[in-house]
Amino acid sequence: MNGFWLTWLVFLPLLGGVLLAAMPAGAARMHRRWATTVALAEFALSLPLWWRVVPWQPGWQFVEKRAWLPALGAQYYLGVDGISALLVLLTTLMSVVAIIGAFGAVEKRTREFYALMLALEAGMIGTFLSLDLLLFYVFWEAMLIPMYLLIGAWGGQRRIYAAVKFFLYTMVGSVLMLVAILSLFFMQKGLTGVPTFELDAFYAMPLAPAVQTWLFLAFALAFAIKVPMFPFHTWLPDAHVEAPTAGSVILAAILLKMGTYGFVRYAIPLFPTASAQFTPWIVGLALVGIIYGALVSMVQPDLKKLVAYSSVSHLGFCMLGLYAMNPQGFAGSMMQMLSHGISTGALFLLVGVVYERRHTRLIADFGGLWKPLPVYGAIFLVVMLSSIGLPGTNGFVGEFLVLLGAFRANVWWAALAATGVILSACYMLWMFQRVVFGPVTHEENRNLKDLSLRERLVFAPLLIMIFWMGVMPQPFLDRMQPALNRTLELSKQRAAEAATMAGPAADGRSPRVTLDLPAGGGR
Amino acid sequence: MSVLPMPSLLGVDLWALGAVLALSLGTLLLLLLEFLPARAGSSRSAVVSLLVLLVSGWAVFVVRDARRELFGGMFVHDGFTVFFTLLFCAVGVMAVLLSWDYVKRTRINQAEYYALLLSATLGMVIMAASNDLITIFLGLELMSLSLYVLVGFRRSHLESNEAALKYFLLGAFASGFLLYGIALLYGATGTTNLSRMAAFLSESPLRSSHLLVAGGLLLLTGFAFKVAAVPFHMWTPDAYEGAPTSVTAFMAAGAKAAGFAALLRFGLRAMGGVPGEWTPILTVVAILTMTVGNVTALLQTNLKRMLAYSSIAHAGYVLVAVVAGGPEGASAALFYLAVYSFMNLGAFGVLTVMGRGGQERVLMADMAGVGFRQPLLALAMTVFMVSLAGIPPTAGFMGKVYVFGTALKAGFLPLVIVGVLNSVVSVFYYLRVTVAMYMQEPQGEPTEVSWAVPGIVALVVAVALTLWWGVQAGALLEQAQRSVLGLL
Repeated sequence: MNGFWLTWLVFLPLLGGVLLAAMPAGAARMHRRWATTVALAEFALSLPLWWRVVPWQPGWQFVEKRAWLPALGAQYYLGVDGISALLVLLTTLMSVVAIIGAFGAVEKRTREFYALMLALEAGMIGTFLSLDLLLFYVFWEAMLIPMYLLIGAWGGQRRIYAAVKFFLYTMVGSVLMLVAILSLFFMQKGLTGVPTFELDAFYAMPLAPAVQTWLFLAFALAFAIKVPMFPFHTWLPDAHVEAPTAGSVILAAILLKMGTYGFVRYAIPLFPTASAQFTPWIVGLALVGIIYGALVSMVQPDLKKLVAYSSVSHLGFCMLGLYAMNPQGFAGSMMQMLSHGISTGALFLLVGVVYERRHTRLIADFGGLWKPLPVYGAIFLVVMLSSIGLPGTNGFVGEFLVLLGAFRANVWWAALAATGVILSACYMLWMFQRVVFGPVTHEENRNLKDLSLRERLVFAPLLIMIFWMGVMPQPFLDRMQPALNRTLELSKQRAAEAATMAGPAADGRSPRVTLDLPAGGGR
Repeated sequence: MSVLPMPSLLGVDLWALGAVLALSLGTLLLLLLEFLPARAGSSRSAVVSLLVLLVSGWAVFVVRDARRELFGGMFVHDGFTVFFTLLFCAVGVMAVLLSWDYVKRTRINQAEYYALLLSATLGMVIMAASNDLITIFLGLELMSLSLYVLVGFRRSHLESNEAALKYFLLGAFASGFLLYGIALLYGATGTTNLSRMAAFLSESPLRSSHLLVAGGLLLLTGFAFKVAAVPFHMWTPDAYEGAPTSVTAFMAAGAKAAGFAALLRFGLRAMGGVPGEWTPILTVVAILTMTVGNVTALLQTNLKRMLAYSSIAHAGYVLVAVVAGGPEGASAALFYLAVYSFMNLGAFGVLTVMGRGGQERVLMADMAGVGFRQPLLALAMTVFMVSLAGIPPTAGFMGKVYVFGTALKAGFLPLVIVGVLNSVVSVFYYLRVTVAMYMQEPQGEPTEVSWAVPGIVALVVAVALTLWWGVQAGALLEQAQRSVLGLL
């Protein structure tokens, strides 16, 4: 199995999903058990990523490389490094959580639901592990279909609108990225004569700054929509609100990370000069996202929408950290990705718990939930505080590092972003106060049942992660930092190469940018 | 190999002509067989035509590596011919399988139906194998006349009659244009043979003579009509909607591929690649075809009409490959046509099995709730829709990657961007089908499905190929590239 480990990782859930689809339709218990078994097996299979991936070893590990489309030069090329290993672990963990968490919520068409969940998991893991751009694109796009069906078929009132919007938004960005991938391919082919979609080959190919600009914009648009960055975020609240709980969990925990992962893996190292050139824009949008997301969260009457907008805010931190372009910012961004995945996933599950019991998500319909639901209230408290970024929880580490990185790059970035931290405390605490504290304002809420054993089991790993990452983040940082630093080094080196290519005449702005880069920042 | 009395017809030549001979004889056989009355509901004609198509495909396959000129260079047997003959035979087989139960259900007269299907296939094969404008025209007319009748085959239905009449009138017009173009080209070059035309053009400075340009454009108009390119697409939605669904499936795949086959051979063989003067015109036509097709498809509620507009849009994608030009562009077009044929046959195929008896359930509303009532059928339809939309991991995605990649390489970046944005637009209406199937509850009586084995076999094959070429397109890709090299 050693040589095919990553292949198994990608295709085990898909295989499980296909087998599940072949089962008889009515047997919901069997579907749930099977899906849980497959997801747990996948989690177990992915666990060795924690200790078998050697963080400081440069290059990709557990590489699998086979000819796929020789006529085009595309390869079946999988590999893992510190960055993708952690994201894959997050994916497998959150998939287990989402699948078990959905037991009560999905009553109809369980077979199709869980088959799609497993297919989605395969797509996500494939996206993180691909090192061939065409293969990456295939997974990136293919993943949309199960998510789209999950939102559209099991979602709420306006599910069709939300599902189609989700699909179209993502698609617009992706097709332009495809054009950019093909352009890169032909440039590389023209330069070396070898047709290939290998990421390494593109990493090695020098690109003039003028060329980088357009390619970067195409890649960045695709990823920015997925993140989602400020003006492209409008699909997110719709998709989150309408999606079934499990869909929201996966969407928030993993799918959004694909955008930031795309920046780390592709947009920044491939086009460092253009990336630096657009830093003011991206940072500006990230800051707007942080503050705007927080402000909009504050006024949401719907719990799910509140969490959705808080995602816009938190993902703004990820982008800010990346574009601080220094080790602290990168590590903070990566920590923030992981902790947002866990905290926001947990928040959506918590909203799902009360939605299952009361079939409403309006803050006004709750109040004083601590009395009937003490365990729920306690868990909610912890998760809420971790989302705010209280020291000792996972949210703090990421935000702190991002702010540190941003401060090194530009004091104002950090100052503005810090207001986002304050605002997040406002909207979260206020929401928590209205939902959980105070007297029970609605009679229906008086007799709600507290968390069942299954639900407690679902939250247990998330709580463990919240504290583990908050109290002892070093093991995580150790695993991601070398790979992140290599990405940063690669970007700087490629930016320097591009600067020599451009010369003084080609582009007046690029030399300035390259000189600034090693100091860490755009200004 | 023994020397036969006629030196121009060696054994290989007979094999090379095998498809044409088999299809001609098969057509006659089907008509003659009608003298022996068959049981009501017998599948005799379908079985015979299936065998004929398989035999003709096999005959060509046996001599797939040979290269021959027959009948004084009017008919050529090369990689290009083999590729398209096999494609047309496959399309024919799929159409027969899809028609099998459909024609019985809709009480279509079987023998004539299948005879016309075979003769239309014959016309397509001749179009692809012709190296002479006269034979191209011959093949085109054989195909078109058969299709006019097939479109109007449900003669008790008003729409079917209307469709046939429209198709015929506009088609006759287009044939006129084509013929006029041929006449002008003959006047300009003194020959109708493509090879000799190429030789003439290479040594004379007449490349840009008005006669030649006008003739070429008229010829282009004729082909544009057959492949349903804007602005010659008006007949498509009506003809596709009115025709029996199995015929729609057949003509959407076959006739389009045949039109492109002739166009590509003319462009590559006679003109030595797409002439420079044509590029702007073809670019505009490609952009219009994609955009008009996709945007109009957004508004359709009848799936046959929607797929008709989608087929117009797909003609636009193939035109992008034609614009890209050269052997690369041609092989991209070949690849796309093969892929498109199967996914489109599949999509129409799903429609042929929907509904009981003579009823047609082809409205968007008829798809409501099919997703969980008929999970397998809905899965197949989803695969076809996803593939037509060009989303991985399906064949349609690979087709688009190859087509747009080729165009990008040839330097048509704006065209490519228009193309990919168009495919985003198309996603919307293809998704509507899945929305209806999985996200809406059926209104009125739910759609019933006719589970007849042949139709299901065809659907299974189409799904398998659509998925297989989506993940393993290598073999087909190489085949397409080799076929085009054989031509040049």
